[in-house]
Amino acid sequence: MSQDYAIIGKSVPRIDGLEKVTGRARYTADLKFPNMLYGKLLLSPHAHARILSIDTSEAEKLPGVKAVITHKDVPSTKYGLSPARWDENVLCIDKVRYVGDKVAAVAAVDEETVYKALKLIKVEYEVLPAVIDPLKAMDEGAPQIFEEYPRNINTEIHQHFGDVEKAFKEAYYVRKDRFDGQRTYHCPIEPHASIAYWEGDRVTLYSSTQTVHYLQYYLSKVLGMNMGDIRVVKTYIGGGFGGKMDPTGLDFAAVALSKITGRPVKMFFDRQDMFYNNRGRHAQFMELTTGVTKEGKILGVHANFIMDGGAYTGLGVASAYYAGALLTVLYDFDNYKFDMYRVVTNLPGCGAQRGHGQPQPRYAFESHLDHIAQDLGIDPIDIRIKNARKPGTTTCNGFKVDSYGLTEALEKVRDISGWREKKGKLPKGRGIGVGNGGFVSGAGYAIYRTDLPHAVAMIRVHDDGTSATLYTGAMEIGQGSDTVLCQMAAEAMGYQYEKMRIVAGDTVLGAHSFGAYASRQTLMDGWAVKRAGEEVKAKILETAAGLMEVAPEELDVKDGIVFVKANPEVTKTFEEVARTYFVKNGNLVGNGSYRPPKLGGAHKGSAVGTSPAYSAATQVAEVEIDEETGEVTVLEAWDVHDCGFVINPALLHAQVHGAFYMGMGESIWEEVLFDEKGRLLNGNLAEYRLPTALDMPPVVSELVDTVDPNAPWGVKEVGEGATTPTMGCIANAIYDAMGVRIGSLPLTYEKIWRALKEKREKEGKI
Amino acid sequence: MQAITDNNGVKRYLVTLNVNGDSYTKVIKANTTLADFLREELDLTGTKKGCELGDCGSCTVLLDDKPVDSCLVLAVEADGCNITTIEGLAQHEKLDKLQESFINNAAVQCGYCTPGMIMSAKALLTKNPHPTEQEVREAIAGNLCRCTGYVNIVKAVLAAAEDSKEGVKA
Repeated sequence: MSQDYAIIGKSVPRIDGLEKVTGRARYTADLKFPNMLYGKLLLSPHAHARILSIDTSEAEKLPGVKAVITHKDVPSTKYGLSPARWDENVLCIDKVRYVGDKVAAVAAVDEETVYKALKLIKVEYEVLPAVIDPLKAMDEGAPQIFEEYPRNINTEIHQHFGDVEKAFKEAYYVRKDRFDGQRTYHCPIEPHASIAYWEGDRVTLYSSTQTVHYLQYYLSKVLGMNMGDIRVVKTYIGGGFGGKMDPTGLDFAAVALSKITGRPVKMFFDRQDMFYNNRGRHAQFMELTTGVTKEGKILGVHANFIMDGGAYTGLGVASAYYAGALLTVLYDFDNYKFDMYRVVTNLPGCGAQRGHGQPQPRYAFESHLDHIAQDLGIDPIDIRIKNARKPGTTTCNGFKVDSYGLTEALEKVRDISGWREKKGKLPKGRGIGVGNGGFVSGAGYAIYRTDLPHAVAMIRVHDDGTSATLYTGAMEIGQGSDTVLCQMAAEAMGYQYEKMRIVAGDTVLGAHSFGAYASRQTLMDGWAVKRAGEEVKAKILETAAGLMEVAPEELDVKDGIVFVKANPEVTKTFEEVARTYFVKNGNLVGNGSYRPPKLGGAHKGSAVGTSPAYSAATQVAEVEIDEETGEVTVLEAWDVHDCGFVINPALLHAQVHGAFYMGMGESIWEEVLFDEKGRLLNGNLAEYRLPTALDMPPVVSELVDTVDPNAPWGVKEVGEGATTPTMGCIANAIYDAMGVRIGSLPLTYEKIWRALKEKREKEGKI
Repeated sequence: MQAITDNNGVKRYLVTLNVNGDSYTKVIKANTTLADFLREELDLTGTKKGCELGDCGSCTVLLDDKPVDSCLVLAVEADGCNITTIEGLAQHEKLDKLQESFINNAAVQCGYCTPGMIMSAKALLTKNPHPTEQEVREAIAGNLCRCTGYVNIVKAVLAAAEDSKEGVKA
């Protein structure tokens, strides 16, 4: 199919590659403005405490300090995601709720003065008992963190589709398992920074954000300003993975400090602050019960989960719904019950991290399914193929799934991984495992209730036709959206990729989009870009028709050449035609907009998990365990992805590599740890243990072909879906190698060593 | 090293560093890191700060041809030394082979680790023009990347080395 296209389907080099390899690409913290001040937040040293008083007078006296602010200097309007759970203040008013909570902020002439000033702020606290263990948060008599969340229950979900009890009664076999996830953090290599400056009553904020739109929206709500008076700009972003979705204290404090001082203010997090700010993956505690037929067909599933939300809600309410909503997509069953308690604790707040709510439930379900397969004597890939969803079906919780290539992906991964030759036949200490996943290609509904389109795009061809600029709100955060959208624009216009420029992520100069989350941009911004490009193309063909004295329908344009379809020798260049258009009419502009159709059922929470298109992914990993030390080595991994039509294969496979890498880190090493007082124990990249180049195995990334009818050119997502099978596949490979199951992530060397020791003791081999 | 003391009793030092072939003389405090010197004094922001603890390698530069985390080196320690940063790699418009190779092998995503990664790879290839894959992995093990899983980065470094091999043959 790709042979029909001139630009898409090809691995063109990244549009931002040159800027990035030369060091010219400027990220937020690289920017400087004349007369700029530096700012930082004062963070709480206590997990839970009442603020009795804050004395900033000594800090204010320090030479070079230009402003010190507390809650008294900023609006008290709370913010968050779902209006029912707006629970976060810009700066804490009466209480701090985790070590790292935002208490005050300083702006001074340089960084050193800022640090000195922070030490001079005197805060008197009354320390309160804290909730550190999420499984004790709901206990009678547990400390109350928020008045509005009795028993510390922040979100409670009870959904039931079909009849699970009946399905269990009719099942040949019912199995219950419990798996625990851990708290992980995105760790983008670029720490957050924000720079604000005011011009009269208007403010400009540069921020390390994945979404200029929501940040503009939150600022407008909290500051009581028109959105049109708030310009949010993103420069280059050094990775997000969900961690740059929620607004941070830096954003609000920079705006406030800049207003007070009348000078630009740059705020920044250091690496430890990043861990405090968090908004990473929730730890989930997952009990799964599944009933199957003798042949392994799933009849019903009950997911009974608790998740540790940390101190504030932010995006976390969506994480809670996602955790259960997407369990129905991969395997086709009619009966499903989902119970969830998201509790608040006195730890940093959790939110969206690559795969949003879903990777840990997938790990649990894929592990659980391997147990069921083993109990029934069925091969793990066979049981997955037996249950794999077919295209053109609807899940029991109301998601319409059109294209779906999970079966083909499983068949392919079985071949390329050598599964049949390896499963059950590997030497001692080696194991192979499979895990499945997938994701939405954009959320069917916006984060807040609104009738805005999900994405718009504008293309303006330069006056003489020698370049064109795409204006978008899609956020390039490393995944390659600037490149892919320019390929799409050029394809739709009949133009050349090399002549495209892009303005993205600027609420004044760009165009509207909700931004980089829920793997939405290739599909949603892609639709808007395609439509804008087609409008330009129509204008080009109409103008060319006049010049060439034929009807527009007789013409086509590709790769910068307008030609007569019946006689492709007769041509005009795009440039010449575009220039002619400009001379006659002024700007040659195309506009496009996209809004998904109404999706999903009518039950409470039915919006979460809806999408125009669903990706599917399967991964196989082979591991080796050192029985002496418990050290596990991932030897090789295979990923087969159904991500629809692929716009840029090189970028797509690169996403798969990175997604596997992140999932592997979470499988074996990564976990944010706290002491009993809620203080971070490993808030740095070495002790948190980000995997290095020495940890990464070869990854084979392959595709199965589908073309989704609901997407521009049939595209689907890849960036998040590819991280959702990894923990399951590595956990199953480790299980295969050891013969005992470790039921909690991460599957560390120590846990493996202990489990093997216990196994040997049980078998009397000591 | 010449030092002057200001009215508050804070000592400042006169240092001269040769950065990317040009000599710069500045007056700095003793606690100024090389990373901050490059970024703040010379506006060479291609050198990134990711942790300021020596964990991430984003600030890697060459100090007398050796790769160092510039957040762990004081500017006064680098007095009189030759420093190469990412900005010094391309000769006018001609990119270094590694830079070209990173673009051609899709080894760049968010780009934040890229300068440090390229500098570590540059140090390796200068010392060992034809490394094995394992040697490449060891050379960049101190440079963390959250986007790529290092797959295409390793490929790009090996391809750049391979390229220079062909050059030798020709």
